Amino acid sequence: MIAAARCIVARDLLLALRRRSDVATALLFFVIVASLFPLGIGAEPNLLRSIAPGVIWVAALLSSMLSLSRLFAADHADGTLEQMLLGAAPLGVVAAAKVLAHWLVSGLPLVAIAPLIALQYDLPAPLYGTLALSLLLGTPVLSLIGAIGAALTLGLRGGGVLLSLLVLPLYVPVLILGAGSLDMAAAGLAPQGQFLLLGALLVVSAAFAPWGIAAALRISTE
Amino acid sequence: MSATIKWYWFASPQTFYPLAGTLARGCAVAAALLAAAGLYVGFFVAPTDAQQGEAYRIIFIHVPAAWMSMFLYVLMAGWAAVGLAFNTRLSAMMASALAPTGAMFTFVALWTGALWGRPTWGAYWVWGDARLMSELILLFLYLGFIALQAAIDDPRRADRAGALLAIVGVVNVPIIYYSVQWWSTLHQGASVSLTSAPRMAQTMLIGMILMALAFWLYSIAVSMLRVRCIIKEREA
Repeated sequence: MIAAARCIVARDLLLALRRRSDVATALLFFVIVASLFPLGIGAEPNLLRSIAPGVIWVAALLSSMLSLSRLFAADHADGTLEQMLLGAAPLGVVAAAKVLAHWLVSGLPLVAIAPLIALQYDLPAPLYGTLALSLLLGTPVLSLIGAIGAALTLGLRGGGVLLSLLVLPLYVPVLILGAGSLDMAAAGLAPQGQFLLLGALLVVSAAFAPWGIAAALRISTE
Repeated sequence: MSATIKWYWFASPQTFYPLAGTLARGCAVAAALLAAAGLYVGFFVAPTDAQQGEAYRIIFIHVPAAWMSMFLYVLMAGWAAVGLAFNTRLSAMMASALAPTGAMFTFVALWTGALWGRPTWGAYWVWGDARLMSELILLFLYLGFIALQAAIDDPRRADRAGALLAIVGVVNVPIIYYSVQWWSTLHQGASVSLTSAPRMAQTMLIGMILMALAFWLYSIAVSMLRVRCIIKEREA
């Protein structure tokens, strides 16, 4: 079971490494969306500083959602997914491994690149740690919840737009808590409450989402 | 008497079809009568509110619609879960039949809330209120369910995919509600709280209950009509 999970993670990472442009596109998207806001809103530094947490989080949400449609699509197209469904490893474990690989490729780079955006928005330096930690706790939840939507919309026409309609409302708690932790820290308060709640969301979704993804994959491929 | 009703007999779409027709007719008539009574009480009998004037009378539509919007989502998810667990065709059909009515009531609740908010709060939309945000997200969840089912051609897959989405949604609704509540209390103090409103007059309560019953029966009537259409479409 563990071996199967490790194998799938390694395989997906290798695939991502071979097609580096896919990973780079989602990251670039994150940077571009975050850079568009000052152009639209204006260059008032205080305003930018106060909207920065929300902008960074919304951009992370959109970027994570953008890469979701690729999560199962290629495996579905070439029949690998059916082999995984028929294989001996429990489908929930397979789903969890695929989500983990997806997060390593799309979520973790966001954590790394977010301080750059924070720098652009002139966020105070002590907030960088809060930003990184909130993204570290929040982006796996996005991948886990989003994968259910990706599995449900597998192979549907207009899947990408539909996926956003299904998944974005479910992302709301993560957005509120993630951006809220930064607001708390900016106000000089300890953001532990938000972190604990984000951690709780992560634990609950890590426990239940893989089975939801497995059920969705069975529905979509039968 | 009740022991002689064969509940499982009606689980088949063919035998449920005529019953749905009877229910739809009966409930539609009852809903019209109750709505007429409720609107009469609401507009002519209930006293004018001391603080809000006549504008408050929209609550006779607004509050029952908001109740129904949440109740119907739970009901829809319940039917969807039954359909997924026992693989009964009729349960899944009921879930798809309830979704548009639920979305309509959610929209009505938001719209009447906006119309009430303009004279009372001074704005059509207030971002700081948790109820508004949760209701808006509820509307998106309904629309997502409808859109997902519409995008899938195979009715069996559509039923099952919709069911899974509805169940994920119903688990998330309390989380969303509380997160939104924390969000609005973190940013600003609660500007308007519906729970601490002054106790309402007896006639207002009667009008509101009459309207809630009317909306309830309307939901039954419309979803029965819609389930009849779905049965005809799939089973004929």
